[in-house]
Amino acid sequence: MQWETVIGLEVHVQLATHSKIFSGASTAFGAEPNSQACAVDLGLPGVLPVLNEQAVAMAVQFGLAVHADIPEVSVFDRKNYFYPDLPKGYQTSQMYHPIVGPGEVEIALDDDTTKRIRIHHAHLEEDAGKSLHEDFHGMTGIDLNRAGTPLLEIVSEPDMRSAKEAAAYLKAIHSIVTYLGISDGNMAEGSMRCDVNVSVRPKGQEAFGTRAEIKNVNSFRFVEKAIAFEVERQIELIEDGGKVVQETRLFDPERDETRSMRTKEEANDYRYFPCPDLLPVVLDQAYLDHLRSQLPELPAEKRERFQQALGLSAYDASVLSASRDMAEYFEAVHRVCGDAKQAANWVQGELSGALNRENLSIANSPVSANQLGELVQRVLDDTINGKAAKQVFQALWHGEGTSADAIIEAKGLKQVTDTGAIEAMIDQVIADSPAQVAQYCDAEPEKRGKMIGYFVGQVMKASRGTANPQQVNGLLKEKLDALL
Amino acid sequence: MHDKTLTQLAKALGSGELSSRELTEHYLQRIQQSGAILNSFITVTADQALERADAADQARAKGTASLLTGVPLALKDIFCTQGIKTSCGSRMLDNFDAPYDATVVEKLKTAGTVTLGKTNMDEFAMGSSNENSYYGPVKNPWDLTAVPGGSSGGSAAAVAAGLTPAALGTDTGGSIRQPAAFCGITGLKPTYGRVSRYGMIAYASSLDQAGPMARSAEDCAHLLNVMAGHDVRDSTCVARGVPDYAETLNAPLSGLKIGLPIEYFGEGLDPEVEKAVREAVSVYESLGATVRDVSLPHTHYAIPAYYVIAPAEASSNLSRFDGVRFGYRCDDPSDLIDLYKRSRAEGFGDEVQRRILIGTHTLSEGFFDAYYTKAQKVRRLIRQDFLDAFEDVDVLMGPASPTPAFDLGAKKDPVSMYLQDIYTIAVNLAGIPGISVPAGFAGGRPIGLQILGTHFAEAQLLNVAHQFQQTTDWHLQRPDFAEESA
Repeated sequence: MQWETVIGLEVHVQLATHSKIFSGASTAFGAEPNSQACAVDLGLPGVLPVLNEQAVAMAVQFGLAVHADIPEVSVFDRKNYFYPDLPKGYQTSQMYHPIVGPGEVEIALDDDTTKRIRIHHAHLEEDAGKSLHEDFHGMTGIDLNRAGTPLLEIVSEPDMRSAKEAAAYLKAIHSIVTYLGISDGNMAEGSMRCDVNVSVRPKGQEAFGTRAEIKNVNSFRFVEKAIAFEVERQIELIEDGGKVVQETRLFDPERDETRSMRTKEEANDYRYFPCPDLLPVVLDQAYLDHLRSQLPELPAEKRERFQQALGLSAYDASVLSASRDMAEYFEAVHRVCGDAKQAANWVQGELSGALNRENLSIANSPVSANQLGELVQRVLDDTINGKAAKQVFQALWHGEGTSADAIIEAKGLKQVTDTGAIEAMIDQVIADSPAQVAQYCDAEPEKRGKMIGYFVGQVMKASRGTANPQQVNGLLKEKLDALL
Repeated sequence: MHDKTLTQLAKALGSGELSSRELTEHYLQRIQQSGAILNSFITVTADQALERADAADQARAKGTASLLTGVPLALKDIFCTQGIKTSCGSRMLDNFDAPYDATVVEKLKTAGTVTLGKTNMDEFAMGSSNENSYYGPVKNPWDLTAVPGGSSGGSAAAVAAGLTPAALGTDTGGSIRQPAAFCGITGLKPTYGRVSRYGMIAYASSLDQAGPMARSAEDCAHLLNVMAGHDVRDSTCVARGVPDYAETLNAPLSGLKIGLPIEYFGEGLDPEVEKAVREAVSVYESLGATVRDVSLPHTHYAIPAYYVIAPAEASSNLSRFDGVRFGYRCDDPSDLIDLYKRSRAEGFGDEVQRRILIGTHTLSEGFFDAYYTKAQKVRRLIRQDFLDAFEDVDVLMGPASPTPAFDLGAKKDPVSMYLQDIYTIAVNLAGIPGISVPAGFAGGRPIGLQILGTHFAEAQLLNVAHQFQQTTDWHLQRPDFAEESA
């Protein structure tokens, strides 16, 4: 039987507001436990929430970026359940009237095509605190620093058909929120977490199979692995005559497997109802227009422009637009050197290689976009050849000079194009290599082309790499052939 | 001293006739002498009060005092007070010292008032007799066998007995107006959103409102001047200018249009209460007002709607009392669920548990639409009834309660207790203001006239109530208890 996988994602994005969604406490990561929880976050008797306007603006910006309907009125609801790291006994969320309505995201697939994934809605909510089960001798510690941190939960339609598509969707969301600057997108610190809904159905069947929800998957790689495991588990189960039950599962990254957490029967009744402490959020057209006018160019638009206006391949355009930092770096290199293809090659080649080796982000690159742009310019205007350019890049990387020109000058890497100077070096090499010259003259004419490589190498060596290789090649051929 | 109104005392302080220390010592002594009999205070903050009184006297001497500087007050124990026990009448918070001041407490402090202590109340403001307190029932100073009403029963009894010139209460379904009526004092429930709820322990967030309880409408006006106004910490508190409520107290009432809701004079109304209310209305006629009958057709849905909405909100508001971070925690919990179950079963009293159960049920999957959504629709109809009535009349008048104060222990069945609030509850559902003023007696127990106005009509209500009190002296009557214990 041929099976089809159906995937929907719920992505929780921590918004980069300065203070919490309903209080003035700081949202900075990594502070001493409970040092960033005020009376409101602790859920003390009598406290009341006040909505953070910045969180609203960020949610709306996301909505506009995914071409979503932004309803005029949205409402906060209470989701009621007991848990020690949920101080009020309810989470303030949006169940019935979310701030962002239906929208869509375009994802890039490996075969250079794109696919639209529909977004069902996105809503604002507060994060809970953390339960710490270690170091408390059989007791549980509670850290409420994270309690009240604003989250945007982005719920997709079940539009993805493979683990790769799910990962591509997650990357697309990641790049949109980081482009907008509404989240740092740091998955390791939990700024972006994801619940994955997976089901399988016989290919061609229209009705969805029973789904399992995998909670809290927090890396692109884990999303693929969790889905791969889950799909295999479900297919095996069905083929062995079993049935998938609707349940919540946890992904164990150590074993690459998912495990049952609770079934539908054990699920909480959250008793949602509108939060009486908060007024409905009413957004007018002028506010939306203002936020729309502030939107930066988004990844899909950049990708399109890189292909259409700059003539990059779909692959290059997609890689270079994936993150805002990468795109801005590339665009700066391009501005300085004026050649998009060369700029793309250098950013994705030399630079990305060096960054990966040292595990650095492009924002922390030791070589600035301006420096790289000037370097590429020197290749384009034939001041240096490709080999010397790599030396200059390494020198810039290690801080041996402030600009490509300074390094070229200091290291004497300027390409020699003076025919007289090159001819003198060639004459010297021919004079120093009588045996090789004799071999060349005795060889079959068709083999001579290969043998000329030796002489080119010697001349380049003599010029310490600065001679123009094409020129050397042409002059050598002339001179050697004259000896025949 | 204690036979004077807050306004008179403020004037005496202003003229130097009295010091705040004298006044504060006097009230503290009265609380000490007779407080135990009435059980109207949960906590008396004598040391802090005297400190504040001395500071007030210094401010007077320096000329930095405002009208209420040095005036003693009591706070219902639902308002958070920094460093002072804030129990909400519950075992759950018997060990809770609030780490911050409620906004109204802060405002009163800034105005220089002196807090004598925290008054007894029905647990988490759930009750109409003050019999649901962990700290025991409060007695009515007019008759020690009668209830003082609830939930702000401690505040009402303390004012009536002359243990404090005034007190703050809160009103979710009548909790200021009904005890004010039962104890023969004046109590105002402002428009929802007029006074900040920040720091007031929530019972039903969409209905709760704090207000003044004192001897006269004039007293209430001066207190509301301090309490009212926008608070950035409460999103439901309205950003709207606060008039000087004392300024318009003497506006003439000629041409005032009074409506009598026919539904407030029907079955179940004690004939003596009805008589007193109708007599009060005729006083207004003599002052130049015109009277007509009006109808609030959805009145009989108010109690059912309230007992869906209020418990629903309460079931969620009271979830934070889980034994984890503050408040009561059971001994030796075996696990998390045991901790929750026993802390809440042992920490909450019966009525609170009953309302949490009702609220949990009505919000449950499969019941939500039938109960909560329906109740909200009813709420809109009730609000519209009032808005329609205020198209034709300026104020509505009727009884604050169907009967005078009943005997302690008389109402055993919760539903008969709920029916007590039949004339007050709709007002909270509509969000409009209401005031109860003393208007007579039946069998030695006070009767309250309730006056209702449209949203933000507090100035008018206080004006209408004050004019009545300029013509009658019901509000100046004191129980023998207040005199005997003097």
